[in-house]
Amino acid sequence: MKRILFIEDESALQKTLGEVLRENGYEVISALDGETGIKSAKTKKPDLILLDLILPKLSGFEVLKQLKKDEETKNIPVIVLTNLEEVKDVEKAMELGATTYLVKANYSLKEVVDKIKAALEK
Amino acid sequence: MAIKKFFSQLDFFDQCRKYNIPISQCPQFLFLIMGLVIIFSSTTTYALGTRYIKDPEIVLLLVLSITAVLLIIAYLISRSFERLAQANRLKSEFVSIVSHQLRSPLSNMRWALEILMSGRMGKIEEKQLEYFSILRENSDRMRELVKDLLTVSRIETARLSFKKERFSLEELIKELISSFNSFSKASNTEISFQAEKDLPMVLSDRSKIKLVIENLIDNAIRYTKGKGKIEIKLKKKDGSLYFEIKDNGVGIPKEDQKYIFQKFFRSKNASRYQTEGSGLGLYIVKSILEKAKGKIGFRSQEGKGSTFWFTLPIK
Repeated sequence: MKRILFIEDESALQKTLGEVLRENGYEVISALDGETGIKSAKTKKPDLILLDLILPKLSGFEVLKQLKKDEETKNIPVIVLTNLEEVKDVEKAMELGATTYLVKANYSLKEVVDKIKAALEK
Repeated sequence: MAIKKFFSQLDFFDQCRKYNIPISQCPQFLFLIMGLVIIFSSTTTYALGTRYIKDPEIVLLLVLSITAVLLIIAYLISRSFERLAQANRLKSEFVSIVSHQLRSPLSNMRWALEILMSGRMGKIEEKQLEYFSILRENSDRMRELVKDLLTVSRIETARLSFKKERFSLEELIKELISSFNSFSKASNTEISFQAEKDLPMVLSDRSKIKLVIENLIDNAIRYTKGKGKIEIKLKKKDGSLYFEIKDNGVGIPKEDQKYIFQKFFRSKNASRYQTEGSGLGLYIVKSILEKAKGKIGFRSQEGKGSTFWFTLPIK
């Protein structure tokens, strides 16, 4: 079973997206802030990380930077799932090593799940 | 650091760009002009004073008093202009922050609704589905409104990015017409497209021009009642590509025509025929075309229809 780490502080999103991903046969580990997210990435070794950018304690950009610096976590694909849509944010996240950048407001839940599936099948 | 800050404040163009207003209305530029007026007035007062007043001390006092008064006036004027420009910028930033903040709860709502409507949580009765659909339609409207508000705030704070690339306008139009297919069918409207042969590519921001055409097609469908006919034409004209979209819709009343590119403006008959719409679409369209160095215009007759056109430079 593929394991997904979902770093997101909005519990409503953890519930909706998390539940649909579980229904699709994935194991989902939740992290509600950046620090916990990094710890879980190291200990649980997920196949994919879903990362929000506005997070308590450590911003999503900082989390991404640290994940890509660490030998243990640098090869895990990271999908940024956020509502920030400024070009500078997209460019920064991609430069830091994100695999995909998704703006929540622009996608339905089904479309997001399809993108996650596609990323895991690569 | 302080020196750098001092010199950056002297860069009028940079300072004015920050406010996104024409240079002639920029507080820093106005202060510079007032400075020149002061120098000219002081020199003239001195020249006239030495000619008509014998006592040099009185001349000096006169020049100094006039200079001081003018300087105070110039400072007060440019300061109030600066405050106005700053208030305007803060307003746009406020809109941007609020819109961003609205997006998260809106996404949560839309996704939760999607789960409910999928029937995963139990069978849904037809009547329930009807009300869920109302919720979905309205959350979609809210999403569009927030998106438009964010675009407007980007335009006003000069943060609207514009990345040029070469692309075929003809292909983009075809792609958009097919994406509007179900909406136009549901509205009983037929869209036809005619393009001149061998049209060149344009150098512009594809995603922004897409937004322009999307808005124009959407308006044409939305404001056509009964059996509608929309004709789109594309041709080459004086080093530009000329796009035209003609509908046989409700048209724009003559007295409203001069306001239609204004932010939040909706003509009387537009609000009557179509309750949806924020009045931001055409403002966004015009601002994007200005940035793309294109032009936009329209002809319209109430009850008969409208024709909107725009040009886009090829190079």
